[in-house]
Amino acid sequence: MEALDPLLLSRIQFAFVVSFHALFPVFTIGLAAYIAVLEALWYRSDSPVYRRLSEFWTKIFAVVFGMGVVSGLVMSFQFGTNWSEFSFATANFLGPILSYEVLTAFFLEAVFLGILLFGRDRVPRGTHLFAACMVAIGTFISSFWILSANSWMQTPAGFEFRDGIVHVTSWAEAIFNPSLWYRFGHMALASLLTAGFVVAGVSAYFLLRNRAVETNRKALSMTLWVLLAAAPAQVFMGDLHGLNSFEYQPTKVAAMEGNWETRSGAPFYLFALPDSEQETNRFAVGIPNAASLVLTHQWDGEVPGLKEVSAEERPPVGIVFWSFRIMLAIGFLMLAVAAWSAWLRWRGTALENRRFLTTLQWMIPLPFVAVLTGWFVTEVGRSPWLIYGEMTLAEGLTPSLTGGMALFSLIGYVLVYAVVFTAGVYYVTRIVRKGPEAVGKIDEPGHAKRPFSAADVSFDDDPDFATGGR
Amino acid sequence: MELIDITAIWVAIIGLGVFMYVLLDGFDLGVGILYPFAPGETARDDMMNSVAPVWDGNETWLVLGGAGLLAAFPAVYAIFLPALYIGVFLMLAGLIFRGVAFEFRFKASRSRYLWNWSFAGGSILAAAAQGFVVGAYIQGFQVDGFTYVGGPFDWLTPFTVFTAVSLVLGYALLGATWGILKTEGATQQWLYRVTPVLLVAVVICLLGVSLWTPLTQERVMERWLSEWTLLWPLPALGLAAVALLWRSVQQRNEAYPFLCALALFVSAYVGLLASKWPYVVPPEITFRDAASAPESQLFLLLGVLFLLPVVMGYTAWTYWVFRGKVRSGVGYH
Ligand code: HDD
Ligand code: HEM
Ligand code: HEM
Repeated sequence: MEALDPLLLSRIQFAFVVSFHALFPVFTIGLAAYIAVLEALWYRSDSPVYRRLSEFWTKIFAVVFGMGVVSGLVMSFQFGTNWSEFSFATANFLGPILSYEVLTAFFLEAVFLGILLFGRDRVPRGTHLFAACMVAIGTFISSFWILSANSWMQTPAGFEFRDGIVHVTSWAEAIFNPSLWYRFGHMALASLLTAGFVVAGVSAYFLLRNRAVETNRKALSMTLWVLLAAAPAQVFMGDLHGLNSFEYQPTKVAAMEGNWETRSGAPFYLFALPDSEQETNRFAVGIPNAASLVLTHQWDGEVPGLKEVSAEERPPVGIVFWSFRIMLAIGFLMLAVAAWSAWLRWRGTALENRRFLTTLQWMIPLPFVAVLTGWFVTEVGRSPWLIYGEMTLAEGLTPSLTGGMALFSLIGYVLVYAVVFTAGVYYVTRIVRKGPEAVGKIDEPGHAKRPFSAADVSFDDDPDFATGGR
Repeated sequence: MELIDITAIWVAIIGLGVFMYVLLDGFDLGVGILYPFAPGETARDDMMNSVAPVWDGNETWLVLGGAGLLAAFPAVYAIFLPALYIGVFLMLAGLIFRGVAFEFRFKASRSRYLWNWSFAGGSILAAAAQGFVVGAYIQGFQVDGFTYVGGPFDWLTPFTVFTAVSLVLGYALLGATWGILKTEGATQQWLYRVTPVLLVAVVICLLGVSLWTPLTQERVMERWLSEWTLLWPLPALGLAAVALLWRSVQQRNEAYPFLCALALFVSAYVGLLASKWPYVVPPEITFRDAASAPESQLFLLLGVLFLLPVVMGYTAWTYWVFRGKVRSGVGYH
């Protein structure tokens, strides 16, 4: 059966499961940090507002984290099932890196999560705060290692091939490979932005409906400060990241820019339909010289085009080009919202302005879209390479894999994830609609007792659910 | 390098990691396997609450097993996973459904029964899939160099079906004895009644595998009958554990049943490894052939020697924090 190409199906499967997985960590990394901050503030001030916020967001965190864990589990076996030649060839580097991730991060998160979720009345307050911090730190350590692995595939360093097997010659060079810090910084900011926009959007949702006003004003005010710092930082970081890619992966950047010919004074296209057959763009609208200016910091600097490499070594240009533009558009939109918040705060109306609050509410899905399209740029832009310049996707595939098996597992994952995702979104929405009010009566500070058991009424049988307490 | 045999140390570490996984996730998968048979929703709440704070940490040992294999014995990783492709998919699907059930079940009420099924079905599927892995390992793999060349269903034979059923029952036994330790009242009484039944079934399974394997594989037969007769204390330990387990359940002891179940698993696990030693991908590839580069093994070993004790330390600490009985009605957020 030639119609079922195991390579193509494996690529689709990998893209699907990794995209699915990526949605959850990017949110939980930021949210874990927020919860740790809330716990610290509660520890210091005893103000029930922080306690209530922390418990509300911890409930949501638990659901999303659960989905992140189970989808991550899939990821760690994907390498072996579908890309066994790749795993075998790179094990000397990727094996230790992924193992260090498990040892330094996954255990930390998983074990202290138990304390964070269930331990409030079993350990002293200080220990509970400590657990919250460990979970937050664990998520960052985790992203460090996995991004090191990914960055090494993008900008490989510190190794040599002997008989087709990677042997590490310098651990420092391999781990801290040229694109690691850019990717890590960009991803860390992405996490803060994602969690920030979700918290801001949900708080705005409550404020628009006059629910738990004091609590939500606090939450919104805190997050707007974070967004104000993170949004511009992300645009700056993204630029640095792009310059780094320009140095190490010029073909990828040419695809991002839709630039076919090597030329000086290249424009930045706002719109274009890249045509890989004709090797040109249709309907191109661009800002003259802008791409050259951004990439070389010179008005008519020279940028290499896609035609520098043969057609087989080019990525699918359209996907890369458009994903990049979507991410940029969202990045600048976030910048605009952050600026707006600063302006409104100066006028003293940031927490009341209904138009602003409504906008925040609608912003909730956008960071997730930016994260996915960002990964599409990175990953699709790398093809046909699996390890950039060293090993192609086809060389990495499992030899015994048949099209039928790959199709079976692909359909399986799509079905499983569809069920899990639908249910997850459903329950998170329920928790949100119930709101921080449902967290239950918080006892006197210092006498925390069984906070959730009373409040834990079930979510899907309350008759006034539809009216949402309006 | 000559002084210390790093590869041998890695065998011990991976052996320990896999074993930690089997014991720890074994009992919480076992709880899931017993779930549909539990007498009522309160018993189910208690059972689930008894593992809710620790299951995630337990499952992380599986991730460590996968990553550790990739790091220390990449050939094993790169042969097992393609060979068990469909089984691995089923295991992951099972673990997904079971993992999300923890969070979703307590937030549902009309749809709660669906998540009950998701928890139980997922646990059974994952346990059975792991049983197939054990069976496939005993059976051996068709390889050419370090590449798997067998078919997609080589892992599905009468023998592996038998090992799959055995492991499901074995995990159920672990889960039941864990439940005895952690619950009280009606739930505990029910578990006291279930445990002896499971124990009989597990003993039959263990005897079955212990006869089936040497009868079909000469090498195993030789090992037990002539080469390594020193091994005989192992089955003796197993038998002692069975006898003590039986007695302690009759006497309604709370901790011994679980400890005896652990001991039974130890004897079976070590016995299995001893039968196959030194082959990690039977029938041809030994642990030495499968090893990764020495510098990689060393690089990771330095971290492991420090980190693994730390991880085990704080894991033990959480078990201590959540010690004692689950209190009915208190629990899930
Ligand atoms: C909230 C999410 C978010 C936002 C607002 C942005 N990005 Fe981004 N971007 C990501 C989330 C992201 C990401 C998911 O984190 C990626 C994918 C891989 C990576 O390392 O980061 C990424 C990748 C990525 C790459 C590809 C790097 C490579 O070649 O591998 C570039 C050049 C940029 N980004 C540049 C930008 C610029 C200039 C932005 C500002 C307008 C921007 N990003 C906003
Ligand atoms: C978590 C966020 C990630 C997302 C959203 C993502 C997305 C993608 C996408 C869309 C592809 C398909 C590219 C194509 O078909 O041309 C891909 C390929 C790939 N990615 Fe990533 N990726 C992520 C992280 C990673 C990481 C961290 C690694 C490595 C440690 C990795 C390793 C790979 C490999 C091996 C492929 C090749 C298979 C293929 O091309 O389909 N990815 N990824
Ligand atoms: C493609 C490569 C990837 C693999 C193989 C992978 C593997 C895993 C595994 C096995 C888990 C579950 C751990 C547990 O059981 O506790 C997990 C969770 C997690 N991963 Fe990934 N992962 C990948 C990509 C990423 C990326 C790109 C990030 C973020 C930068 C990330 C961050 C996390 C975090 C924070 C968790 C904790 C669970 C959560 O928050 O949802 N991973 N990952």
